[in-house]
Amino acid sequence: MVGHSTPPFFKRGPAPLAKLVFFVIVSLGLLVSDLNLRYLDAFRQGLSVLAYPLQMAAATPADFVRNASNYFASLVRLQIENKDLKARQLQGAERLLRLDQIEQENRHLRALLDARERQAVKSVVAEIMYTAKDPFSRTVILDKGAQAGIEAGQAVVDDAGVIGQITRVFPMQSELTLLTDKDQAIPVMIVRSGLRAVLFGSGNGLMELRYLAANADIQPGDKVVTSGLDGVFLAGLPVATVARVERDQAQTFARIPCLPAAGVEQFSHVLVLGQRESLPPRPPEPELINKGKSGKGRKARAGKE
Amino acid sequence: MQPTNRSSRILLPVKMWFVYLTLFVALFLNYIPTGHLPAVPDFVALVLAFWCVREPLKIGIGAGFVFGLLVDIGVGAAMGQHAFAYVLLTYAANELSRRVMWFTPVEQALHVLPLLFMSQVLMVVVRLMAGAEFPGWWMFFGCFVAALLWIPLHYVLLLPQYRPVERDENRPI
Repeated sequence: MVGHSTPPFFKRGPAPLAKLVFFVIVSLGLLVSDLNLRYLDAFRQGLSVLAYPLQMAAATPADFVRNASNYFASLVRLQIENKDLKARQLQGAERLLRLDQIEQENRHLRALLDARERQAVKSVVAEIMYTAKDPFSRTVILDKGAQAGIEAGQAVVDDAGVIGQITRVFPMQSELTLLTDKDQAIPVMIVRSGLRAVLFGSGNGLMELRYLAANADIQPGDKVVTSGLDGVFLAGLPVATVARVERDQAQTFARIPCLPAAGVEQFSHVLVLGQRESLPPRPPEPELINKGKSGKGRKARAGKE
Repeated sequence: MQPTNRSSRILLPVKMWFVYLTLFVALFLNYIPTGHLPAVPDFVALVLAFWCVREPLKIGIGAGFVFGLLVDIGVGAAMGQHAFAYVLLTYAANELSRRVMWFTPVEQALHVLPLLFMSQVLMVVVRLMAGAEFPGWWMFFGCFVAALLWIPLHYVLLLPQYRPVERDENRPI
């Protein structure tokens, strides 16, 4: 195949092997630039316009199955659900009524203390349409996209807690990476002890608190909430519950698997929270550090003067 | 009789619009959100392999690359993941076509199975190198189902090229 050269009157373009090498290099280049450098979002957007109609058409059967199950839901089940919801609404109503007054009071007190006002965020209700097909990541597709004002990086919650973060936005849809994805991390705080930590997805439907010392103050059943240090998630949203704590003397860190608080792997309506305002700027680096170094720091200061 | 190189059945020439139509239908089937359901075959890989075996002069690596990119976008995979696998798949299918065409459809399916399996393995290797989690062995079942589908596909995709059998004792083939 390689050894045979075609006579010039049967020209068929470049040899297969040359083509193969060319396309392999191009696709490996695409892979590297997409996975490591994230250069290709514009390119993806452009091509997704081409694929979009076909995608929409293909989602129709899934939609149909989803709606059909709703349609055939029995009357009794709906009545029970309705009753349950009403009861919960009543329970919530009393707290909601007080909330207004407490918020007012909070604002006054914060004004008195001269603290920054708590941010009110705008949010969009969206529905999880289906799980993305890529078996290597845990992502789902939401039915609202750039047209509803959704941007990449926004936090997504459901009625029980945080479920993930928007990672890609298409015109009419957006991709939500769940907290259980291996690449997803979220800064959290243990409610009982006030311990700060980072919670990582572990890929198998659970999450894991990493880099906590083996003697850290943590127990099974501890509630884990967002700490808000990242500037993306609001502070105090429930994230997970500690399932168990495995302390091993041989390891520096404890192994702490956590169960997600929200229905991370379920299909339901979710709330996409608006972008938080940016945090106050970091305080400037203290001069002391520069003084220790000779040469550069001094020269820079001399230049300023 | 099934049209292989050994059978004496003569087919009409293939129409390129039909080839692309079937590829887009396969793309549509790939886009159906089945989630992480096991044993869902990769239809685009299967149809690409089929046409690359049947028509090595008309369809090849370029088509593999383009349809790979389209699958990547629709499925939400890493850009170039399917493209990379399909480029190698189409190349191998093109190279194998002269051999594969001498076999019956069942034997052809056995030839295509390793190719489809290889393309799955390539994708897993690429993503694992990039630091993804291993999704589980279920994702390899798809290519066995795809190989089984080769047999009906062999009939369905060649349907427009069939023509009525006329028996003529004097014709050499």
